[in-house]
Amino acid sequence: MAWLDRTARGLFMTELVKGFALTLSYMFKSRVTLNYPYERSPVSPRFRGEHALRRYPNGEERCIACKLCEAVCPALAITIEAEPRDDGSRRTTRYDIDMTKCIYCGLCQEACPVDAIVEGPNIEYATETREELFYNKEKLLANGDRWEPLLAANIAADAPYR
Amino acid sequence: MADFLIAHLGTPVGTLVAIVLKILVITVPLLIAMAMMTYMERKVLAAIQLRQGPILVGPFGLLQPFADGLKLLTKETIIPAGANRAVFLIAPMLTFILALVAWAVIPFGEGLVLADINVGVLYLFAISSLGVYGIIMSGWASNSKYAFLGGLRSAAQMVSYEVSIGFVIISVLLCVGSLNLSDIVRAQSGLWFCIPLFPMFVVFFISALAETNRAPFDLPEGESELVGGFHTEYSAMAFALFFLGEYINMILMSGMTSVLFLGGWQPFPLLGFIPGPLNLIIKICLLMFVFIWVRGTLPRYRYDQLMRLGWKVFLPFSLIWVILTAGFLVYFDKVPH
Repeated sequence: MAWLDRTARGLFMTELVKGFALTLSYMFKSRVTLNYPYERSPVSPRFRGEHALRRYPNGEERCIACKLCEAVCPALAITIEAEPRDDGSRRTTRYDIDMTKCIYCGLCQEACPVDAIVEGPNIEYATETREELFYNKEKLLANGDRWEPLLAANIAADAPYR
Repeated sequence: MADFLIAHLGTPVGTLVAIVLKILVITVPLLIAMAMMTYMERKVLAAIQLRQGPILVGPFGLLQPFADGLKLLTKETIIPAGANRAVFLIAPMLTFILALVAWAVIPFGEGLVLADINVGVLYLFAISSLGVYGIIMSGWASNSKYAFLGGLRSAAQMVSYEVSIGFVIISVLLCVGSLNLSDIVRAQSGLWFCIPLFPMFVVFFISALAETNRAPFDLPEGESELVGGFHTEYSAMAFALFFLGEYINMILMSGMTSVLFLGGWQPFPLLGFIPGPLNLIIKICLLMFVFIWVRGTLPRYRYDQLMRLGWKVFLPFSLIWVILTAGFLVYFDKVPH
């Protein structure tokens, strides 16, 4: 009887018909495509993207050169040099992140006592040369100035859970 | 129109111009249809896979095939070092020309046919059999193992399925009593042959898939094992000619199926107001959709399965059906005269 059953299925092509019905039904389902440069998926406030060094609202840079981020960085991507500034405050003279080494673990922003180094929502910083990915303090501060509204909003949104 | 041209240009020139114009009237829409077919294929496959398909070039991406064509035109034709230059270059032209030439006998409406010859079916059959030469030549001339294997596979496959296509056509001819395609369409004015000869209709369509090297029988260009099959070594316009030929062949096979089984230009039931040629075009479009639908649904056959289906299933089946049809016609004295 199993033979009869199989032959009947083959002759009436039930499997074929089922398969064709399935693909036809998929034709009328809505698309899942996101037109990326024009449409974007939502990004969590905790998203760890491109790094930025933030400033206080008065324009003073937040970083106090405690070097906790350098110490905690598992990929040894951060290099900091510091000396007292003319007004006696302790500031970095050099703050480099090698973005090719960075593993985007977010430990630097966890370690930072003043919320100076943060990982922002930006992911579109691909470059044509490797050298462009060796970020210096200037670049990081510029990033901070560029993304500050979003960075502040993200930190505020995540604050209740810290 | 031919009379008008002959009156103004003299008999030889006028006749020539009239024929060229007729050819253009068939060929140009055919090429545009082919372009739209590639667009439709991408859109339908995309829809089946929940994607969007081309959307950026022109409204809804409608100009995408023309952008692709332009790209292929401007690229460099590369001829491999060990290739047989002449054969290598003739092969795509042959494929393309044969795909176009077959359209001469397809009747688009009552009297709307370029060459109303009495052996139309044989002509179509011969031309589609010749199509395999383009593929074998390209496979051989490329001097590449992938192209060679692709060409061999294609030859074996097309020869196998042509046998059953032949028997299917015979069963249609038995019911019509004529090899003229217009007569075949006229004979279907009451009942389309896809109803009394339904199993043959299915066999013919599946064989048409194999004949045009389409999924699930696209082994000759099975990219997972043969890179690109017989057109591995082709680039630019030579490749484009293969591409054009393949798609026009697909349209041709849809046209043949329409003429043999779906009543050609005969109107759909309840839709008698649609003019003749448009009926044929709608039928061709529906069959093309099925071609694409099949590609979106079925995985590729293994080669031994392909051969088994061709020789052990379709051949005996169509042979038996021919005998049944003939027996039926003789017993009930319905043989057409």
